[in-house]
Amino acid sequence: MITIFGVPTAALFGQLLVGLINGSFYALLSLGLAVIFGLLRVINFAHGAQYMLGAFAAYLLSLWLGLGYWGALILAPVLVGLAGAVVERTLLSRLYKLDHLYGLLFTFGLALTIEGTFRYIYGAAGQPYPTPEALAGGVNLGFMFLPIYRGWVVVASLIVCIAVWLLIEKTKLGSYLRAATENPTLVQSFGVNVPLLLTFTYGLGAALAAFAGVLAAPIYQVSPLMGSNIIIIVFAVVVVGGMGSILGAIVTGYMLGIAEGLTKVFYPEASNIVVFVIMAIVLILRPAGLFGKDA
Amino acid sequence: MSEPLLKVTDLHAWYGESHILHGVNLHVNEGETICILGRNGMGKTTTLRTIMGILRKRTGQMQFAGQDLMTMPLHRTAHTGLGFVPEERGIFATLNVEENLMLPPKVADGGMTVDEIFRLFPNLKERRNSPGTKLSGGEQQMLAMARILRTGARCLLLDEPTEGLAPVIIDAIGEVLTELKSRGMTVVLVEQNFRFASRVADRFYLMDHGQMAMEFPVGDLEARREDLNQALGV
Repeated sequence: MITIFGVPTAALFGQLLVGLINGSFYALLSLGLAVIFGLLRVINFAHGAQYMLGAFAAYLLSLWLGLGYWGALILAPVLVGLAGAVVERTLLSRLYKLDHLYGLLFTFGLALTIEGTFRYIYGAAGQPYPTPEALAGGVNLGFMFLPIYRGWVVVASLIVCIAVWLLIEKTKLGSYLRAATENPTLVQSFGVNVPLLLTFTYGLGAALAAFAGVLAAPIYQVSPLMGSNIIIIVFAVVVVGGMGSILGAIVTGYMLGIAEGLTKVFYPEASNIVVFVIMAIVLILRPAGLFGKDA
Repeated sequence: MSEPLLKVTDLHAWYGESHILHGVNLHVNEGETICILGRNGMGKTTTLRTIMGILRKRTGQMQFAGQDLMTMPLHRTAHTGLGFVPEERGIFATLNVEENLMLPPKVADGGMTVDEIFRLFPNLKERRNSPGTKLSGGEQQMLAMARILRTGARCLLLDEPTEGLAPVIIDAIGEVLTELKSRGMTVVLVEQNFRFASRVADRFYLMDHGQMAMEFPVGDLEARREDLNQALGV
């Protein structure tokens, strides 16, 4: 049996894959949080609930309409994104003139309300969601066994992260978003409808969370608590990457996922805290985060 | 005589509880360049920001090209043909020069093309891929003006364009304003440097404690120089 540092390759690469998959979810979720924070200056505590809503939307679309995984992968983010846009336009937008703390408290309350409602209706136990047939099974790579669906999660997450990064860095809409992050009033005085941009951004962030939720449904099951379980780690990812940094959120998401996976191999007892230890070290050495503006 | 392009009547404005403008009256005819003079803190910048719609706590009347500016949301004001170049220039650090230049949406036909802009401001062409805030102060001022000229705005609200710039750059900005005048652009200029302003302005307002204390054409400048020196503390 081949080993690396005394660890069998199958175990090492298996945990690396688990880390990469977790990292894919961290990257997608922290990307949405970073996009929202960058423009709205709101720490969106409802992000975990929106991730859960994406998974539940896939589950309910299948249950009620018989819609399969691929349809849900498109429709669930659209529905959750639209719901997010309505929340931003009707509720969150009223808080912009107040201290940022009000936005945080509002989204925290929203998350508790959504999760509580789903817990009341569906209970705390997870609902099974099947892996799509086309992605069932696995491939033996020689050094490890790769479940195809998990490979797909990594690829899909990478594609979406790169697409969002390109949208923000290389398009006119992205230049509006970046400029509005710096000086929304001036951008508005140029004739850009910044309030609409804010609504779009919140909707986009919510849709990204929901996309991650649909991807997660076949792996983790669909549970009202799935969002609150992951969101604290995702906040740590955003802090390590640098609040509001798009590239920081993506790179740090994958990096911390892998760090977590490797810790499970070499020192499993620390795997639950390694992300927070890294966060503490980064906050001490680079308070603005690895990719933050003051870094 | 035709209606002024911009007409402001009895304009009051507040920053929070602070009453800054106390009944400003001014008008600007099409193709005219007016200059608002005044010491620091007299309300010059506030006047421009209120006309543009950035400052929302205000009363009075403001009309531009026959349209009521008082009820207009901020993002619609630019579409009437008003373009604002702020005192702090507002160049975006996360955008390069070209992205800064192309940022404001076109509001009408007849704006300068990018080629025309690069002919007028050759430095910007050379540095089109540099981050916007890596430009010198003079280049940033040129970029701030250039990006509005591309949009097709009919009237430029220009807040202290020469502040902190070297004399050679001030001369270059003066030449640009002369060129804009020859193209029929209407300009509302806020300036403390009245030597510079006298080269480009057709008419002057002197602002004092949130009101227009004096109005006179450029031809009266010499006759009023002593009054102005006293009012401006020169």
